[in-house]
Amino acid sequence: MTENSDSCKYVIRQISVFSENKPGRLSAIAKGLEEADVNIYAFSIAESKGFGVVRLIVDKSTAALKKLADIGFMVSYTDVIGIKMEDRPGGLYETASILGDAGINIEYAYAYSGRNGAVLIIRVDDVTSAVKKLLAAGKELIKAEECL
Amino acid sequence: MFWNKEMETLKGDALESLQLKRLKWTIRQAENIPFYKKMLNESGVDADGIRKISDIQKLPFTRKTDLRTGYPFGFFAVPKKQVVRIHTTSGTTGKPTVVGYTRKDLDNWSELIARNMTMTGLTDEDTFQNAVNYGLFTGGLGFHYGAEKIGMTVVPSGTGNTKRQIEMINDFGVTALHATPSYAMHLAEVAESMGTDLPTLKTGLFGAEPWSDNMRKALEERLGVRAFDSYGMSEMYGPGAAFECEERNGLHFWHDSYIVEIIDPKTGEVLEPGNKGELVVTPIVKEAMPLLRYRTGDITMILEDECPCGRGAKIARLTGRSDDMLVIRGINVFPSQIEDVLKSIPEVGDQFMVYVDRVNHLDEMKIEVEIKKEFFSGELRDLERIQRKIQEQLKAILQVRTEIALVEPESLPRFEGKAKRVVDKRGDKF
Amino acid sequence: MPVDELRKLQYKLMKTLVYRLYSFSPFYHDRMKDAGVHPDDIRSLADVKKLPFMYKKDLRDNYPNKMFTASTDELVRYHVSSGTTGKPTVVGYTQKDLDVWTESLARSLTSCGIGRGDVMQVSYGYGLFTGGLGLHYGAEKVGATVVPASVGSTEKQITLIQDLNVTAIACTPSYLNHISDVAEKMGVSIKNDTSLRVAVLGAEPWTAGMRDRIQERLGIRAHNIFGTSEISGPMFTDCAEQKGIHIWGDIAYTEVIDSETGENLPDGESGELVVTVLQKEAMPMIRYRVGDITSLDTSVCPCGCTHPRISRLTGRVDDMLIIRGINVFPSQVEHCLMQIPEISGQNYMIIVTRDGSLDSMRVQVELRKEFFSDKIDDLLEIRKKVAYELKNALNVSVDVELTAPDSLPRFEGKAKRVIDRRVL
Repeated sequence: MTENSDSCKYVIRQISVFSENKPGRLSAIAKGLEEADVNIYAFSIAESKGFGVVRLIVDKSTAALKKLADIGFMVSYTDVIGIKMEDRPGGLYETASILGDAGINIEYAYAYSGRNGAVLIIRVDDVTSAVKKLLAAGKELIKAEECL
Repeated sequence: MFWNKEMETLKGDALESLQLKRLKWTIRQAENIPFYKKMLNESGVDADGIRKISDIQKLPFTRKTDLRTGYPFGFFAVPKKQVVRIHTTSGTTGKPTVVGYTRKDLDNWSELIARNMTMTGLTDEDTFQNAVNYGLFTGGLGFHYGAEKIGMTVVPSGTGNTKRQIEMINDFGVTALHATPSYAMHLAEVAESMGTDLPTLKTGLFGAEPWSDNMRKALEERLGVRAFDSYGMSEMYGPGAAFECEERNGLHFWHDSYIVEIIDPKTGEVLEPGNKGELVVTPIVKEAMPLLRYRTGDITMILEDECPCGRGAKIARLTGRSDDMLVIRGINVFPSQIEDVLKSIPEVGDQFMVYVDRVNHLDEMKIEVEIKKEFFSGELRDLERIQRKIQEQLKAILQVRTEIALVEPESLPRFEGKAKRVVDKRGDKF
Repeated sequence: MPVDELRKLQYKLMKTLVYRLYSFSPFYHDRMKDAGVHPDDIRSLADVKKLPFMYKKDLRDNYPNKMFTASTDELVRYHVSSGTTGKPTVVGYTQKDLDVWTESLARSLTSCGIGRGDVMQVSYGYGLFTGGLGLHYGAEKVGATVVPASVGSTEKQITLIQDLNVTAIACTPSYLNHISDVAEKMGVSIKNDTSLRVAVLGAEPWTAGMRDRIQERLGIRAHNIFGTSEISGPMFTDCAEQKGIHIWGDIAYTEVIDSETGENLPDGESGELVVTVLQKEAMPMIRYRVGDITSLDTSVCPCGCTHPRISRLTGRVDDMLIIRGINVFPSQVEHCLMQIPEISGQNYMIIVTRDGSLDSMRVQVELRKEFFSDKIDDLLEIRKKVAYELKNALNVSVDVELTAPDSLPRFEGKAKRVIDRRVL
């Protein structure tokens, strides 16, 4: 129980936005966030045929979600994990092998350079186990409250 | 050349009395069908009331939507065990139109195809590649049986695998090709890229979709063939109801088998030869599924000039439709079918747009749909899954591959009054 | 027909065939001469074993029609099937060939209890593949109503089975399983909600266990059909007794041999099937090595039929795969991959699985270093191209997996590039 709620602390809400693959869409998203005074920590774009999903980690996720929905975007939350990376060779290897050895699949990942070093955002098939394994291996995770 | 000179050149009184006899027989045959029995009762017409061909105008029209009410067998006029073949064609909604044939019907139909092919100069010495779909689509088996009747060598190639089609043309010494004009154009292009000019090919039979005289020129030049236009639809057996002769200036309808009228699609008034209108056909030799004054939706006219070849009156090449039916790669598609499918998928919003274009000589249909917000999970995979599901369900009903574009909510045009959901960019492009 | 008379008729037909080919076909003349056999040496059916075998390779070497023994204007049809490399196997037919083929199927369908009053859905591919048109003509001959559904659009096929009161279906056993899976998803029980009562299944290997399961699940009789395009197409089925496939003796002469030694095997022993088509005009086949493994049974069937039977096919003597009813040779895959510059053609793996009821084939290929791009679109484009070329060559849709250079297994000695994970 405590363990689970412990894990919860490290589950970050990513905002996923449906967007057509055409000029002006990203700027429309960015403009909306600017108007809502939302700061973007990290983002990535996944593209498919004719459309894509823009993934964002922001400081005020509730406000951001509301604003994007208000201006007509299709949005939802996705649970992801943020891992603080050590700035040295082999850092990514360690993290990836912890999950790989545990049979946890990384569905996608992207990184950003935070104020206190690089952060890797990952989406996995089993969030709770991933958090446990990473903490047990001594990895430092971003707390959800750090990006509320 | 004639396959059946007597029938092909029948004119005047002899033709009229044969038509009259067969029309009366058809009306009696139609009385076996509850829909027609009621219709004839209500209009107070029966076979005895038909004394001359123009009396046909006393009969009401039959529309494609009427056929839907009879699905599946409501329009069969013979017991099921006499039906030896079933084909289906696009309906206006989810259910297809079912067409049945007796053995006699199949014989009649292949006789007409044999006439058509002979009319273009083909004989039992020709090798014929039938590059249209086989199966439920009438184009494949229709020409297959006709060519077999003549005694030609048939290569039942079907569609697709274009490179192999070209190798077969060369390796088998194919002299005649049947295809949709757009597929033939694609074939020409691939042949050119393979560095062959298909030396044996001399005759091209093209139909199932409208094509222009410019396209004819291009096809003749690039394939090195003489190109002939073919007309028909499953409701009148299939292709072959009308065909071009060596003059290639309009299509001869087979008047011993069909009574042809042109009407004003708005008023239903019958138009004189030389005036454009909607083609209305009454087949007069069909046993399993007779039809009275069937509105084809195709726009054409009866040509006034006699043809030097000696056969009967011709219709002009088709120029359009009186309804919103689309022909995509030879397959008929009604926007109402698309709407029907989309409405049955919960993830899809109410609005859609259809864009038709021609890319590399092949028709492409793109459909834009909005996804309902409550179905957005945030995962790309789920969107791709929805996209695939829409595509598969449309394919199942339309028999045509479509490209599905997921667009943002509220981004599609909303219509007040009559919706215009189809944008056809093909024009005269080939 | 009594067995003795049948044997006499077979001998007569065989003798006529051998004389005709020796006199009129340069190919057979040379073949027999090289083997030191003269038609006069064939004095009884037992002497047939003196005649040389024919192989699929002979068809390829004589592509497209050098082996035909009818002139072009006598030919009325071509069919085409998989070859072992780039060129397909071509089969030509005269009108009489089509008639014999149709007659054979009409007898077989009748022995399965299919005839006038039946509505038969033909769900084999139409066109160049012999399954569709073959069964179509056979069903038409026995007077059934034919629904030429061909393959694909499974939901539509199910709607047709229901709405058109279809009583008989011809397709591959795996496709029939797929039809019943999809029907269940649509809320349709083939057993309770349709009139389907008999199926004619073949074009791929299947077991007696599968037959029992299909019969039980769908509430139908499931018959086994055999034939290959080289001998015309699907021609022979088992009868109502379901005790082996009847090979009409006046149409074909069958032997089962040890594929290593070429010696004839006695009744009941498993070996390679060898067929001589006795009445074929355009493309006769003498002692054609079909490659299928079966056994022979010349005893009289409980149904009273005196014609010999073969048992259910249990495998192949070569590496041919059957994917959704289509024959695929690994050599075809290799031949095709070698022509595509973006990938390394000689290193590949073929993985065959059965997902639900349908076969799927995945081909892993190595991308060449110089074609690597960081744009996903470019990589997808290459994958699409490989899939397109393979589809063109094999007539089967293939999943293509691009892998990194040097990542696939290398073999010393005999390469084992096929992993077949299907369980029947």
